[in-house]
Amino acid sequence: MSLELSEHLQKTVDYLSENFSDKLVDVYQSTGDTFIVVDADSILEISKHLKENLHFIYLSDVFGIDRYTSEDRFEVVYNLISLKHQQRVFVKVRCEEENPEVDSVVSVWPAANWFEREVYDMFGVFFRNHPDLRRIYLPEDFDYFPLRKEFPLLGIPGSIELPSTTPDSD
Amino acid sequence: MKLKDIQSKVQPTFFEKHQRKLYQSLEDKHTTIEELDDGDPLTTKMVLNMGPQHPATHGVLRLVLQLDGETIEKTKIDIGYLHRGVEKIAENKTYQEFMPYTDRMDYLSPYSNNVALCTAVEKIANVEVPERAHYIRMIGCELARISSHLLWLGTMVMDAGAISFFIWTFKEREKIYDIMDRIGGHRFTISHARIGGVANDLTDEATGAIKEFVESFPKELKDYHKLLDRNRIFIERNEAVGVLKTEDAIKLGATGPVLRASGYPVDLRKITPYARYSEVDFDIPTRLEGDNLARYFVRMEEMHESIRIIEQCLEKLPKGPIRMDDAKKAYPSKDEVYYSMEGMIHDFMMTDTGICPPDGAESYHAVESPKGELGYYIQSDGTGHPWRMKINVPSYTNLQVLENILDGEMVADTVVIIGGVDPVLGEADK
Repeated sequence: MSLELSEHLQKTVDYLSENFSDKLVDVYQSTGDTFIVVDADSILEISKHLKENLHFIYLSDVFGIDRYTSEDRFEVVYNLISLKHQQRVFVKVRCEEENPEVDSVVSVWPAANWFEREVYDMFGVFFRNHPDLRRIYLPEDFDYFPLRKEFPLLGIPGSIELPSTTPDSD
Repeated sequence: MKLKDIQSKVQPTFFEKHQRKLYQSLEDKHTTIEELDDGDPLTTKMVLNMGPQHPATHGVLRLVLQLDGETIEKTKIDIGYLHRGVEKIAENKTYQEFMPYTDRMDYLSPYSNNVALCTAVEKIANVEVPERAHYIRMIGCELARISSHLLWLGTMVMDAGAISFFIWTFKEREKIYDIMDRIGGHRFTISHARIGGVANDLTDEATGAIKEFVESFPKELKDYHKLLDRNRIFIERNEAVGVLKTEDAIKLGATGPVLRASGYPVDLRKITPYARYSEVDFDIPTRLEGDNLARYFVRMEEMHESIRIIEQCLEKLPKGPIRMDDAKKAYPSKDEVYYSMEGMIHDFMMTDTGICPPDGAESYHAVESPKGELGYYIQSDGTGHPWRMKINVPSYTNLQVLENILDGEMVADTVVIIGGVDPVLGEADK
């Protein structure tokens, strides 16, 4: 499928394929949005270039996707905006099922702090060099990652400590 | 300054690991506030827990503040007390079935949430929406914006000390609830938008009520301005409080009025116009100061702009259908359902299976909700349920900003700053 890229996104893709030809896995479009898949090991370096040379200064969101049966099961997606060119691009990295690990981009976009914590909380993707990697919604005492596809919709009984219903018991 | 023995003094009886890690992270937080001295001879240093059950935190927000006298040295925010896992629920519902859940996320502006979900599904499934429905949606969204900002105004001014103001803004909100009742039959969680259009047309009664509101509300707004704009107590409470510097705003990912009050004219209604925002005329209010007062002015002006948009929508409101006339993609009208077999079958199919976007399609669509960028990312696997639905909520992003701007403020200003950032925990906790 041929791509219909705006001027700035074309420039972005050209820049990346020029400087990171071996790290660029795929570029595709779906319903008008542009997705760039890159190698997981180089995300930190690529994000620096995206921010400094291509004006993607605003990180709107980071989220995870569970691809379940596919190889490289987990995907982490960075939702970037260039305010100067008013363009949005999605950068994706894929990581394996056992010990999913990605470099943290908090040093590039401080906004990534909480977003990465959410991905960690929901999918168990570990972010290397994250300043404060704790769960964000669920308590630390919880041992599962609820947005993984194998986690049952009804939850796991007994997985979370609940207060006793009688007021005086200890 | 370090409170070295936080850990030894806390004795959590519940979620012990969680509490210990939270206090550890407070201890480890890097702070730019000047270190006074290592000792604490007057024992003015303490750790204060605010919330989750606190009337001024606008929901179940928990703040852990490290105080030196009355100055906040560092803050950690603990959220998740209202976590319901709506993204997991979404994966097990059809797109239309999920809509009532969006009402309950940002419960102060349900209409914006409905529209955000609908536009995202319409984008991925390639559904055309009739002109009239676009305009009805815009009216609904702007009413929701006013309603949300009115609640913010009432509570924020109450946090700053003026109780009676809250009742005046609620008087106006009551009118909006009545309008919503007339539009969609519900006052609060209205779920009026549908994939491919809206549920029902505006009745004359509803149009009349909106017109009346549009006429009377600017006068009320003028009174609010008169009361607050030059009010010395209000200004002293808000000026130079909770400053978010222009250079930090983008770095920390602020969104909505918080970002605009720090100097960036970022509004998705202008950048990527959805519905028919490209055809109405409005301005983006912006301030440079980045303090609480700037946020106040931005939101007040946004209400004026919303009124302008509603007026133009009422003027331009075209005649025609209000929902897409293709039973494979949108619910058929009730007339059809009750009086024809075809309609009945289609209605059943829409409820049972719902709309099925193509396999492997991905899309992201964001709208400008009252709090900021509200985006829905949907990945489809070809069935009626999304494979993954990620909701990018503005309150969550703004809470992250809050964690950073509280450092160095006075403890008495905490509630005012929370009020100024205007988080809704139903949305932030998902």
